[in-house]
Amino acid sequence: MTEYVILSAILFTIGAVGVLVRRNALVVFMCVELMLNACNLAFVAFARQHGNLDGQVAAFFVMVVAAAEVVVGLAIIMTIFRARRSASVDDASLLRY
Amino acid sequence: MNEFTIPEIAYLELLPLLIVFGGAIVGVGVEAFVGRSARRTVEIALTSATLVAALVACIWVGGRLPVVEHGGTATARGLLTAGDTLAIDGPTVFLWGLVLLISLAGVLLFAERKVSAGLPAFAGQAAATPGSRAEREADALGLEHTEVYPLMLFAVAGMMMFPAANDLLVMFVALEVLSLPLYLLTGLARRRRMLSQEAAMKYFLLGAFASGFFLYGAALTYGYAGSMKFAQINEAVRNSEGNGLLLLGIGLLCVGLLFKVGAVPFHQWTPDVYQGAPTAVTAWMAAGTKVAAIGALLRLLHVAFGSAAWSWQPMLWVIALATMAAGAVLAIAQTDVKRMLAYSSIAHAGFMLAGVLGFQSAADLAPGQLSATQAVLFYLVAYGFAVLAAFALVGLVRDASGEVTELARWAGIGKESPLLAGAFAFLLLAMAGIPLTSGFIGKWAVFSVAGAAGAWPIVVAGVLFSVVAAFFYVRVIMLMFFTEPTGTAAVVRPSWATTAAISAGVAVTVVLGVLPGPVLELAAHAGEFLR
Repeated sequence: MTEYVILSAILFTIGAVGVLVRRNALVVFMCVELMLNACNLAFVAFARQHGNLDGQVAAFFVMVVAAAEVVVGLAIIMTIFRARRSASVDDASLLRY
Repeated sequence: MNEFTIPEIAYLELLPLLIVFGGAIVGVGVEAFVGRSARRTVEIALTSATLVAALVACIWVGGRLPVVEHGGTATARGLLTAGDTLAIDGPTVFLWGLVLLISLAGVLLFAERKVSAGLPAFAGQAAATPGSRAEREADALGLEHTEVYPLMLFAVAGMMMFPAANDLLVMFVALEVLSLPLYLLTGLARRRRMLSQEAAMKYFLLGAFASGFFLYGAALTYGYAGSMKFAQINEAVRNSEGNGLLLLGIGLLCVGLLFKVGAVPFHQWTPDVYQGAPTAVTAWMAAGTKVAAIGALLRLLHVAFGSAAWSWQPMLWVIALATMAAGAVLAIAQTDVKRMLAYSSIAHAGFMLAGVLGFQSAADLAPGQLSATQAVLFYLVAYGFAVLAAFALVGLVRDASGEVTELARWAGIGKESPLLAGAFAFLLLAMAGIPLTSGFIGKWAVFSVAGAAGAWPIVVAGVLFSVVAAFFYVRVIMLMFFTEPTGTAAVVRPSWATTAAISAGVAVTVVLGVLPGPVLELAAHAGEFLR
């Protein structure tokens, strides 16, 4: 059981580090999705450990929410890309301090 | 263990929430089936009617909540429903009422068109690239995104579900229902669309990042307690030793919530989003999101982790201090009115966290003593209306190309429009916490509960940073009244809708400052969180 939780922690960390270091908004967004999937893995592993269904149900909810997030997120990233011809998070720097 | 039992749902008590969700879905239908010319009127009428109906239902529900014995002198009233995942108790109904009132004022601001020569504050066609022919055509046709109204209703439903959530999964879903429409609304400004879109992207990426942390915290807490329901988490915390899983879980959950609250070090998005979003959206969301997020934070920390207060209180000490300090100090350096108000909202988040820190178990409270929940509820009312009216006033200072938010160009506004400058100055004084305004009573309430709980260093720091904050509020007032006008910005006359929203905000600020008794009593009557 512990192995799955450790794997989920590793995946979560990769995702979080990716958000911080990658420059392309799409890749950043994919890293966020990786974090959510790491959460799913942890939920399912803990559900097995505790022997109840709460965690498995949670995984389904997370998938639905992640899908909704993709719809909103891609729309926003695409409008930015069309306006600037770039999806780099470094180029978007009109707002500062 | 795995058999399925149908949860009991108290539909009557959930009525306010169901009305708002229903109204939002009907609003989406209106977008599809009502002709373009009539759509705006229908949407505004539908949204206002939904909010008023939900408010009436909310008052009705508040009147019939059953009293629950709570031990000690504190009482709670309300019930748990939907398999104990939603708590309809006094604080919930109080926050529902507050969110609904703020949103009603928000609709009035959304509908404003008079200040910009008949054009709405939202983009004609969000999909058209800024500066393109498609955008000019959309403007020429007078297109308008009336989708903002159903989006707002969905966000309102999320804001109502957030503080009512008594289960980590429901809280996560509510967090997303509240956030996703806000990301979109942020990006829909008609003017300065590049800024607006950039703000939306920053808000979205950071918001999704923070909700990832919240979710992992929920997973770890579930791993620790074996359940996501607050009551059972509390039970597990009480009956077993705290361990790394629990500490990590609390920390990660707090990251997600403190992001929404706008607390240091998760505050970076606040100034960018408040500046980039259409001012009507900023006004409504600055008030509404803070109410919902602080409500949820209170419930999570007091109900689920109340027995583990030793573990989160030191963390919150540091965060409250850093938030007050960063908000007050960084606001001094701002040259933009909206950014300055954003940093002031960060400082206010710090003051609210000081109130959250005032957590004491029911047995420790003397009869009639103000509890942390009541103090924070009062602060939210005071701050919510003041910030809403302040941002609404910012939207009225304009030139030919739209709003003027550079502080330097606000010089001498007081000579041109004493009424606007006077109201703005009054709201700034309320935020600074001058006596006879709601801000003073609110600060007094949160600092006194924090002091009673032994967090007196926070109180000393809070008073100190209030003084620092007062400096930049007074500087803006000096600028408005005692500087020669630059003549590059004019104050436009708004329609009755904006006037009504601003008047309501100013009126609440005055009344709560002079006569705080009724609202404090209402907060006391709301009682404690149901466990």
